[in-house]
Amino acid sequence: MADLGEELLNYYAISQAAPGIIAINTATFVGYKRGGVLGAVIATAGMVTPSLIIITIIAIFFTRFQENIYVQRAFAGIRVAVSMLLIWTVTTLTKQTIKNLFGILIVVSAFSLVVIGGISPIPIILASAAVGIIHGYARKGGA
Amino acid sequence: MILLHLFAIFFKIGLFTIGGGLATLPLLQQEMLSRGWLTQAEFIDMIAISQSTPGPIGVNLATFVGFRLASYSGAVIATCALSAPSVIIIVLIARIFARLCPPAFCRRRLSQGLRPAAVGLITFTWFILGKSAVFFPIFPDAGWFDLSVFARLF
Repeated sequence: MADLGEELLNYYAISQAAPGIIAINTATFVGYKRGGVLGAVIATAGMVTPSLIIITIIAIFFTRFQENIYVQRAFAGIRVAVSMLLIWTVTTLTKQTIKNLFGILIVVSAFSLVVIGGISPIPIILASAAVGIIHGYARKGGA
Repeated sequence: MILLHLFAIFFKIGLFTIGGGLATLPLLQQEMLSRGWLTQAEFIDMIAISQSTPGPIGVNLATFVGFRLASYSGAVIATCALSAPSVIIIVLIARIFARLCPPAFCRRRLSQGLRPAAVGLITFTWFILGKSAVFFPIFPDAGWFDLSVFARLF
């Protein structure tokens, strides 16, 4: 049992750190461990199929819905709610993440680079990963 | 041709997304809006729809945009393209890298820089979306609020 628990934690840790959406990474990883490359492909396909079906159905009707005045008004309200949802995500993440000056510095530079500098998120993601690794080594002497 | 383009863009998004949930939004937003594949309002609507339907938001958006641009085959291609980098990289990691770099160690190192960057990028997404969903409907003439004018100074 202890082995299984540790294995699951490792799956999740790798899925978080590796490129790709966590949910897909975890599905691929578990699939690979249980059934090799074929298992990885099948598990991933299983993971995305519900989205594929449900969202395709929604997409078919979405254009027609959009023209409806009541739907338009409903979405005007929903957009405000989504905006608040993002604030909630930011505050939750901030509490979990920003514990020192280093964190604040990265938040501020990522935000200002993308808003004022107009830089794409990709180089920012790569640079912040590199900075995190270097910072980790510098502080703990490579331990 | 559009299928190839869809594949390339969603493969790129799959490759450079680290994390899950709303952390996938900044990259998706930038790629979708700059290509005109979704409008600002449609992007926000899709967040709402994705939050209230099963499935990760990135996958839902890939399916939606793929369907929009190239019907059923577009939906399948975009969704496969988004998952393809995960399948390749995770299989490689499971085979090779797990021995070289203990997962817990890798995560600690990476997340030190990545997590704060995610906070900054999501704030950016909120900033852009909040502007079009909340601020401009209330103050339609407040053009000065658009910080992107500063981009032209640099």
